[in-house]
Amino acid sequence: MTSSNGAILVLADHDNATLKPATLNAVAAASRIGSDIHVLVAGKGARAVADTAAEVAGVTRVLLADAAEYEHRLPEPVAALVISLVPAYGHVLAAATSEGKNVMPRVAALLDVAQISDITGIVSADTFERPVYAGNAIATVQSRDPVKIITVRATAFEAAAATGGAAAVESVAAAGGGGLSKLLGQELTKSERPELTQARVVVSGGRGMQSGENFTLLEALADKLGAAVGASRAAVDAGFVPNDYQVGQTGKIVAPELYIAVGISGAIQHLAGMKDSKVIVAINKDEEAPIFQVADYGLVADLFKAVPELVAAL
Amino acid sequence: MKILVPVKRVVDYNVKIRVKADGTGVETASVKFSMNPFDEIAVEEAVRLKEAGKATEVVVVSLGPSAAQETLRTALAMGADRAILVQTDAEVQPLAVAKVLKALVDKEQPRIVLLGKQAIDDDCNQTGQMLAALLGWPQGTFASKVAVGDDALTVTREIDGGLETIELTLPAVVTADLRLNEPRYASLPNIMKAKKKPFETLTPGSLGVDVTPRLTTLKVVEPPRRKAGVKVADVAALVDKLKNDARVI
Repeated sequence: MTSSNGAILVLADHDNATLKPATLNAVAAASRIGSDIHVLVAGKGARAVADTAAEVAGVTRVLLADAAEYEHRLPEPVAALVISLVPAYGHVLAAATSEGKNVMPRVAALLDVAQISDITGIVSADTFERPVYAGNAIATVQSRDPVKIITVRATAFEAAAATGGAAAVESVAAAGGGGLSKLLGQELTKSERPELTQARVVVSGGRGMQSGENFTLLEALADKLGAAVGASRAAVDAGFVPNDYQVGQTGKIVAPELYIAVGISGAIQHLAGMKDSKVIVAINKDEEAPIFQVADYGLVADLFKAVPELVAAL
Repeated sequence: MKILVPVKRVVDYNVKIRVKADGTGVETASVKFSMNPFDEIAVEEAVRLKEAGKATEVVVVSLGPSAAQETLRTALAMGADRAILVQTDAEVQPLAVAKVLKALVDKEQPRIVLLGKQAIDDDCNQTGQMLAALLGWPQGTFASKVAVGDDALTVTREIDGGLETIELTLPAVVTADLRLNEPRYASLPNIMKAKKKPFETLTPGSLGVDVTPRLTTLKVVEPPRRKAGVKVADVAALVDKLKNDARVI
């Protein structure tokens, strides 16, 4: 590998079978910084992921580290791998997914550099915009570190095209660092609906839903609209739906074409996760609810009447 | 087993922050501060581990101005045994915090460092991972459940697709997510007792750590505001707007 500090490394988010779409947003961010973009796929039996990454527009090279220690992408070995590759790069990016957020600060600390988290804008190769205080302020920060370690807010960058690239896939050697942790199991939510962060339409429920069973109302609406189902923290804390439904400051950040908030009051922490949606609809019986301050269309109504009516009208 | 719990003093989560007119930051004068909510969850978890006989001592630490004493007193009132304030008025960024914490870990030798996954002011979500890296320890981030064994720790993590459970060798760093527990309120007697608990004050310099920021904040601005929307009378009106004005359905 030639050492050119203009090259950018993007860490792929994947599950050994498919490339997670947020990686395409990270590639898009990388293409705003430079044109020599390499994607690192660390996994086990992940050749198909590398082949997919090689087709992404703008990607010039794919590095595949295929080894047992990367099967579950535990942060200790993945960070060690990234470190082994870093001398060739001026920037390392990952989408701010649960994997990116887990591993990238580890990489940064091992390199003794700061991390720039969750960027939403690129001013120059060393200057970036990022939200702070739950998105109620946007900071512009400059890094003077020799390598920039960055996580990217996917919704802030339109995804790179999935096809159009023809990068070569090269194997890279594993770099150790495993053995400190191991995966015991996963409980992943299975759904036929679109993934929350990628959906064109999101229907979210809050405390006003009153129970998990009542989310079937929202599912009916989601099915009509081809939407994903999300929730406020209150609904997740109450046990109505699993944690991966949570939209907000510390949950998922979404920016769909249409966001329908049902029975959600609109706490600052929730707004932080959805206020960049193109069109926001709020249905709430409390006309004073803060959600109405960000909604394009507000309907003050009992959700248990309004949602079935809406389903029938679509 | 000793547990070290780092806590951060932040602008209270209920405060609607205001960006300063000169673009240098957010208004913090005469604003309510409190413990970062995720750190409060970490304190609660550590105290519960002690109450369950899994931990012997809970040491809380904060890096910040003298006012961070209050944050530490709150943690002591919740049940922590002892507090350390590493006092500085300088801006401290996550890498610097991780270095200070590493110096304290070297000194205190805890088996677990338990802290919030993210501070609600800078929203960085870095410190725990960075500390684990500097120590060469495993990390269990975004924890919704923690079980302590003799040589290992089982952590259930909130991930994008659901939940995952990992086993970490000890010593280890754990970062708390929202569903780990519901923190207690400190009772008045415990608040009084907290005043008598051991409290040590250090400085970054006394720990030999350079906390100079690596990132320079050039400006802080308000995000673009959304235009105020309209209220619609009924479902039919809503459907009409979505179809004909917004054209999203």
